[in-house]
Order: sequence, then structure tokens, then C-alpha cells
Amino acid sequence: MTFPEPGRRPGGVGQFPVVAVVALGGGLGATARYAASLWWSAQPGGFPWTTFWVNVVGCAVIGLFLVLITETLTPHRLVRPFFGTGVLGGFTTFSTYAVDLQQLFDTGHPRTALAYLAATPLAALTAVWLAATATRQVVAGVRLTGRYGTLEADNPGVPDMEGKKSS
Amino acid sequence: MNWVVIVAGGMIGAPLRYLTDRAVQARHDSVLPWGTFVVNVVGCLVLGVLTGAASVDPDLRLFLGTGLCGALTTYSTFSYETLRLTETGAGLYALANVVGSVAAGLGAAFAGVALGEAVWP
Repeated sequence: MTFPEPGRRPGGVGQFPVVAVVALGGGLGATARYAASLWWSAQPGGFPWTTFWVNVVGCAVIGLFLVLITETLTPHRLVRPFFGTGVLGGFTTFSTYAVDLQQLFDTGHPRTALAYLAATPLAALTAVWLAATATRQVVAGVRLTGRYGTLEADNPGVPDMEGKKSS
Repeated sequence: MNWVVIVAGGMIGAPLRYLTDRAVQARHDSVLPWGTFVVNVVGCLVLGVLTGAASVDPDLRLFLGTGLCGALTTYSTFSYETLRLTETGAGLYALANVVGSVAAGLGAAFAGVALGEAVWP
């Protein structure tokens, strides 16, 4: 079996909360995607900008989120299934990308189709890579300042702390 | 009503993706993320059928298409898994994952539309 969590049998009772929060997140993500499609409705035969941006934004956010929770924070075990698998997975879509492509080819818009075919994976991969890289750099910067902060707080000669304690 | 069917579809599609991914990933030891590949291709096929089928109830189309298939398939996990492949030095696998997923998804969409047009004209 793959990645069984410590002390839990795969597919056992421990799975229920995970599946439940994935469902909850999926409902939210799908709703947000549908809302986006209503606010910026795409023209038939045109470049599907709404789905394009939904996917690119979702990829940027997952790059930021997964670097934060796998390399920096140690959040509750349901955070990743809820937000990563549920919300972002439900928000982004591969099926609409493929079927919109099929429709563009089928209705005689091969140039738009080819542009969309190439632009989505390029932009999505760039977004996830940029977001992950930027998050790692910000995290490294925060760790550095955090260390100085600790040193200062540990230093008994800092007047601020002493003053507050005596008053 | 539209919002209710979208939420319901998303609440089924996302856990279906999670459970399928776990089941598929447990059954191979390749570095390629076959779980995401499978849900994405199946979702493209089903959404293709719904798109080709003219005589589908609009609410059912929203529920199964925008809600369920939209949440069953994912671009964010696909991109992140591809990034992980490049970061772990499996650059060729990353390329194969992108080209293979897009080609298979598009093929499934074409097959689905043709099937939908033939069965539910």
C-alpha cells in the first residue's frame, strides 16, 4: 500500500475525515470555478481565458501552499487534503481544458486551439515553479530574521524586555 | 439550483479523484503519477460524452460536467507532480507526463464527443 499514515491502516476508519474534507474542499473549489466562468464568460470559438487563468492561478497557489506545508510548517493532517487535494484540485480542471480544445479544433479554430494547447501547460508549469521558488526564498529570508530575533530575545541586555518586566 | 448541483458534483468528483489516486498509486512503482493521469483522462472522456450528447438535461450536464468532471480532473496536482519530477532529476519523465497527459486527455475528449454524438444525438 502507498503512503499509509503512521498508525493507520490504509482505507481504515482514519480515512473518513480525509475523504470528508477532500469532498468539502472539492465542493468549494468547483463553486469558485463555476463563479469565475459566470463572471468572465468565454466566447464560443475564442481563447478560453477563464479556464486558462483558473488553472494558472490554481497552479501558482499549489506551488506556494505545498512548499509551505511540506518544507516549513507542520499543519494539521487535514489541511493538505482539504486545501490542496480538495479546494485547488476542485478549482483547477483538466477536462474542461481538453474538451475546450476539442471544440476549438472541431469548430474550425485551429490557430486558437494550438495557442491554447501550448499556452496552458507552459503557463501552468511556469506558475507552479515560480511560486515554489519564490516561497522557498521568502521562507529562507524569514528563517534568517527569525534567528536574529531569537538571539535578541535571549540576550538579557535588551532594555525593552527588562523594562516591561520591572513595571 | 445551478449552485447546488455544482457543489454536489464537486463534492463527489474530488474524493473520487483522491480515492482513485490512492488505489492506482498503490498498484505500481513507477515514478510517473499514474493516479492523476487516470482521473484526468477518464474525466476528459466523460466530459467529452456530455459535450457530444445533445439530449442531456442541463442540470445533469452541470452536475456531471462542470461539477463532477471539473473536480475529478486537476491541473494543479498535475503541474505540481511534474515540477517534482523535474526537481528530483527525472526531467524526461516530467516531459513524458506533460506530453502524455495532454495527448491522452485530448484523445479521450475527441473519443468522448464522438461517442456522445453517436449514442445520445
